[in-house]
Amino acid sequence: MLDTFLLSRIQFATNISFHILFPTITIALCWFLLFFKIRFDQTADPIWMRAYRFWVKIFALTFALGVVSGITMSFQFGTNWPGFMEKVGNVAGPLLGYEVLTAFFLEATFLGIMLFGIKRVPPKIHTLATAIVAFGTTMSAFWILSLNSWMQTPTGFEIRDGVVIPTDWFAIIFNPSFPYRFFHVLVASAITASFLIAGISAYRLLRGDNKRAPKMTLKVALTAAVILTPLQAFIGDLHGLNTLEHQPQKIAAMEGVWETEKGAPLLLFAIPDEETRSNHFEIGIPNLASLILTHDADGEIKGLNEFVGKHPPVKPVFYSFRVMVGLGLFMILVAWVTRITLFKRNELPPWMLKVLVAMSFSGWIATLAGWYVTEIGRQPYIVSGVLTAKEAATDIAPENVALSLALYSIVYFGLLCAYLHTIFVMARRAVEIEEISDKENQADNILLNSTVTKNLDNKVENTDV
Amino acid sequence: MFDQDTLAVIFVGLMGLSVLMYAILDGYDLGVGMLLPTNNPEHADIMVASIGPFWDANETWLVLAIGLLLIAFPAAHSLTLKALYLPATFMLIGLILRGVAFDFRAKASFSHRPTWNKLFKLGSLLAALTQGYMLGMYVNGFDTSLSGYLFALLSAIGVSCAYCFIGATWLVMKTEGELQLKSIKIAKRTLVIAFIGIATVSATNLLFNPEIYVKWFTFPNILFLMPIPIVCAALFAIAFMLLNRLQKDPHTGAGLPFLLCILIFTLSFAGLGFSFFPYIVPNQLTIWQAVAAPEALNFLMYGAVIVIPTILMYTAYSYRVFWGKVQELRYH
Ligand code: HDD
Ligand code: HEM
Ligand code: HEM
Repeated sequence: MLDTFLLSRIQFATNISFHILFPTITIALCWFLLFFKIRFDQTADPIWMRAYRFWVKIFALTFALGVVSGITMSFQFGTNWPGFMEKVGNVAGPLLGYEVLTAFFLEATFLGIMLFGIKRVPPKIHTLATAIVAFGTTMSAFWILSLNSWMQTPTGFEIRDGVVIPTDWFAIIFNPSFPYRFFHVLVASAITASFLIAGISAYRLLRGDNKRAPKMTLKVALTAAVILTPLQAFIGDLHGLNTLEHQPQKIAAMEGVWETEKGAPLLLFAIPDEETRSNHFEIGIPNLASLILTHDADGEIKGLNEFVGKHPPVKPVFYSFRVMVGLGLFMILVAWVTRITLFKRNELPPWMLKVLVAMSFSGWIATLAGWYVTEIGRQPYIVSGVLTAKEAATDIAPENVALSLALYSIVYFGLLCAYLHTIFVMARRAVEIEEISDKENQADNILLNSTVTKNLDNKVENTDV
Repeated sequence: MFDQDTLAVIFVGLMGLSVLMYAILDGYDLGVGMLLPTNNPEHADIMVASIGPFWDANETWLVLAIGLLLIAFPAAHSLTLKALYLPATFMLIGLILRGVAFDFRAKASFSHRPTWNKLFKLGSLLAALTQGYMLGMYVNGFDTSLSGYLFALLSAIGVSCAYCFIGATWLVMKTEGELQLKSIKIAKRTLVIAFIGIATVSATNLLFNPEIYVKWFTFPNILFLMPIPIVCAALFAIAFMLLNRLQKDPHTGAGLPFLLCILIFTLSFAGLGFSFFPYIVPNQLTIWQAVAAPEALNFLMYGAVIVIPTILMYTAYSYRVFWGKVQELRYH
């Protein structure tokens, strides 16, 4: 029988992994929407409005999934990690509180105006509502990442009667790893959204959509990706340097370095083994890890053996890191090749479109891999050096946690399938729908239960994915 | 800088405010969800459209309430949620289903829409029932005897009916024609059940808790407490008469029943709050025993003082934007 501790960890990891998928898209997608809306206000070209209308629907769906899984998250701390709030609640609490007060209400209220109010408020106010929602989602990320970073690199507190008491809020919010994590996550979000937009636009083009809108969104998304992917590698490098300074054991696990060494190689592949405390089948580039991390080919990197009993499980950190960086480099390649081709020929050959479709959700994989590096790399602590996961665990009966975990897993799995399916249904519907709207002088849109929708849906349904 | 004892009172007040806001606001949209007809897609669309711009913000009050409990009274938070682990899980599942069904029902392919409509209704029902159940368990101090469970079940039904009632009065205000007339009928029916529910729960509560009985029926208290149930009952009666009148002339004063409903919710909540103050977990923990460190709460106070009025202001703005009868559900 699994114990409560392990079940709680699995449940927390499942919930947060599910939750993060959706904010990762919405944080940046909303800024894209704002861009479409502002271009429309400036040029009055209906193409921008079409782009806005298509993507705002996907935004709304994604946002709803983010909200409901987020509400679950806000219960998780108390139900499964009571020790967390008892020990560090005085720091974690206000940060979570500010997230609710300054971000969630803002997003949620203006989302209503953004989605349903276009006819009811002047165009300027509608654009403003979009901007406020975008700002709100970014504020959410600000507060929650501040908390998460504080858990990685805690500062600005003292311990009184075994409880963490905040002494310097500025030092807490802007803790050492926060700036790096904040920008790395924001750019991750922007990359995820870019590849999603590019992928779905490519999908529409492949299905014979010959309107201007998908071509235009493809161009916008790839342009963003061309700039953001290298930027992300650069920020990631800085982030790694920061981690080396504050959490050397995490870097040692990421790089698979067992013995402290000078001139460590960059391992492209290896199978780390904690039994023998060494790697099998190493393939590496000599001195490169030292060069990247210390900017000196003979720089010293501390090995895992200096942290026996206090370092994270090596395998998941090591592999996740390679997944993220590997995907990151591949994204740079894809973005540049497709954007240059688009620039030269003004269209993409079908195989490139297919690659983009396949990459639609690649941002999710890189993001999750990145979070696994960060979070598992902090083990066995929840708050570095202050609180271990075991100390924070609840003592609820394991059957109850097993039941809730099973329920969440089933519901989340169903929702994930429904989400992916619906996104593509919406894309196929868009291939058909705008022709009709064009004819009817871009009639606002189609009412839910009208015959038009019904016919359209039959058409969409009968074509396979 | 406030001291710890004052902060405990301030934060329990803020928490009370968010719970009340939640019960009223998400109360009406959960109610609308429970009342969703499965055989009349046009009505279903209008009903969902009436809550479309609001449900997300409404639910955020729950996040704030639970957040404040977590932040200001962490010990009470873990005690309560440990005792209510399973019902809380079911409530979250209900809220998840409802929240996503709201969007999927409009965007999924046509053949899947009836399923999402059903999930929307089911999710709302599950959330309302579990909330009532949790309220019941909380009020009876997590009593796990048979009578404790029965009381919690009674409370589950009472709260769900109260939500249906406020949901129906919301529809009376926001809709027209056939749907409005139907809503008036439903409002009348649920009003009666909600009234019986609230009365029974209050009476049983007094019988269960001698301490609370004493609190209500000793001399100075009784003077300003007795008006609560009396006014409450009067409001129910007025609401009933208004609904009767609206059946004949649905054009004037359609918003009044909803307004009365808000008053009823507020009074009932005040009565409940008074009964238990200063306990944060009935008969186990007072707010002063459970309160967090002043360093943390003072920091959050500054923000709350500025931000909560701002939130109320832009919430009011959003209700003004969507003032009046609903139109067909149009996204964007
Ligand atoms: C689209 C997503 C994405 C992409 C393409 C990359 N990353 Fe990343 N990475 C993340 C998404 C992400 C993330 C999900 O946002 C993480 C998890 C927590 C965090 O701070 O950012 C992360 C964490 C993270 C960490 C761990 C920081 C820590 O907690 O100690 C490092 C060192 C890097 N990244 C470095 C890189 C490098 C060198 C990349 C070069 C290609 C890269 N990342 C691409
Ligand atoms: C959003 C993306 C995130 C993902 C995918 C993620 C993933 C994980 C995983 C896999 C674990 C378990 C590690 C292990 O047990 O070995 C974990 C632990 C934890 N994370 Fe995160 N995390 C994320 C963000 C956050 C954030 C933003 C916070 C804080 C606000 C947070 C707080 C925690 C806590 C409290 C634990 C303790 C449970 C544990 O250590 O098992 N996480 N996370
Ligand atoms: C363990 C940590 C987390 C908790 C407790 C949490 C809690 C929540 C809650 C309660 C909501 C719903 C808000 C509403 O009603 O509008 C939400 C939504 C959201 N969360 Fe999280 N969250 C966590 C992690 C994260 C992380 C790591 C990020 C971003 C990096 C994030 C960004 C967002 C955003 C942008 C939303 C708005 C909804 C959306 O865009 O889908 N959250 N979260």
